[in-house]
Amino acid sequence: MGSNADSAARIGAMLRRYLYLHRRSLLRTFDVFFWPVMDLLIWGFLTLYLQQATGGPLAGFLIFLVGALIAWDIHYRGQQAVTISLMEEIWTRNLTNLLIAPLRLWEWIAATFCYAALKVLVITLMLAVVARLLYAFELTRIGWSFLPLAMSLLVFGWAIGLFTAGVLLRCGYAAEALIWGIPFLIQPFSCVFYPMSTLPGWARAIAAILPSTYAFEGMRMVLREGTVSWAIWWPILWLNMLYLFLGVLFLVWIVRRAQRGGNLGRLTQD
Amino acid sequence: MSRAGYNAGMADPIIAVQNCVYRYGRAERPAVDHLSFEVHPGETVGLLGPNGAGKTTMLHMVLGLVQPTSGTVAVFGRCPIAQRLAVLARLNFVSVEADLPSNLTIAECLTTFAALYRVPRAAARIADLTERFELAAMRRRLIGSLSSGEQTRLKFCKALLNAPELLLLDEPTLHLDPYMAQKIRAHLQAIQREHRLAILYTSHNMQEVETFCHRILFLHRGTLLAQGAPQETLDRFKSRSLEELFIRVSQSGELFHGE
Repeated sequence: MGSNADSAARIGAMLRRYLYLHRRSLLRTFDVFFWPVMDLLIWGFLTLYLQQATGGPLAGFLIFLVGALIAWDIHYRGQQAVTISLMEEIWTRNLTNLLIAPLRLWEWIAATFCYAALKVLVITLMLAVVARLLYAFELTRIGWSFLPLAMSLLVFGWAIGLFTAGVLLRCGYAAEALIWGIPFLIQPFSCVFYPMSTLPGWARAIAAILPSTYAFEGMRMVLREGTVSWAIWWPILWLNMLYLFLGVLFLVWIVRRAQRGGNLGRLTQD
Repeated sequence: MSRAGYNAGMADPIIAVQNCVYRYGRAERPAVDHLSFEVHPGETVGLLGPNGAGKTTMLHMVLGLVQPTSGTVAVFGRCPIAQRLAVLARLNFVSVEADLPSNLTIAECLTTFAALYRVPRAAARIADLTERFELAAMRRRLIGSLSSGEQTRLKFCKALLNAPELLLLDEPTLHLDPYMAQKIRAHLQAIQREHRLAILYTSHNMQEVETFCHRILFLHRGTLLAQGAPQETLDRFKSRSLEELFIRVSQSGELFHGE
């Protein structure tokens, strides 16, 4: 029950449990593609229009904006996938069955991370194809640096997803708006569409403690200079590790607290 | 349906609860108040009592979902919280409150849980259980489309996947028709005779409790009022039925007037 093979089997079982949902639900699968593509269409065409209207000064903006949109979706959809997977069990009143199964919390978390990674991979590939067809935008222009930068945004999405799930487990259905809202609290300070230097001092202090800020700065650096400074990687690495650690710690604390408070078995009934 | 013969003998208890107290938050009265009891292999024990007696809280402590405020709960000689995995692999649970995911099919759901419990030869086990509980023809149906009785039968399939040594049942037959309820009880008793399955069970169906349980624990406001075999309890408290006794406890909080 406690070997690595057992853990891998349980992670695989939970991952399959989430993938089953896409097998027959057209609506659920459609939802994966719909919003990212709509965002790309709106912002892509707006930038095209601005480029044409200004006659050239904004020429480089298309690549910045489309690249940033794709990268933001990696963070946002990663966070959503983790939170919604955990919440799925509350919505379907299945949480108790999992809590009394020989499934470790970290195994369950690992399954949601794998599910989020798969979902994000599919979305990113699809957006890259759409951007190539409509705007002649080549994701490969960012080069190999895109992979670690995208990975860092996904990891930050996981961490925020765990934090959001913890708040939802604590506060119940009343806090559901957090699933959709929290990423948009982070977005203005992550400097998705503009450089960090644009922000006022107080906002820059917040931006400095978000790994996403450095990832987006890194992407702009690649597009501008063709390379990423090493100075970017350290804050990305340490801040992501810190947030992931805090996210796991927070969720474990919420579960333990519910156990002591007698609420764990009642979470599905709130 | 008569009770399967039971003899606890000298076997180690599967559940050993000692002086257990549980208090929700700052509640004045504990939900479970200095409760002690044991459940042995092959035994069916019924937890009875009106709403708020502490039955579900006690089941949740055995499952490790709730940590006792004081006292100890040992399952298979281990702490269900500290040694969670080792304990949970050997038991299972059916509750009217714990649904199975409505957006999976019967086959997907049972395959998932079989993998979580690391059930050997899972496909054969699933085929056997769905056959026994008359769900084999519906294996591709979504759980959300099943009737409440079919969903209860599925809960039993899931609960028996890992061939548990201890089964915790919280109002398990609430949504079953008498025929299916009787069939499931007979099935559980057959497993009990073969594998010495222990069952801890709550129900408001007093007739079922009388025929199904070897021993009952009567709870009121978290305290144990009485325990013993159903008939022995009826004789002791001069009652014609458990239902009458239950109503007496609900009305006055006492089992017996003038003992």
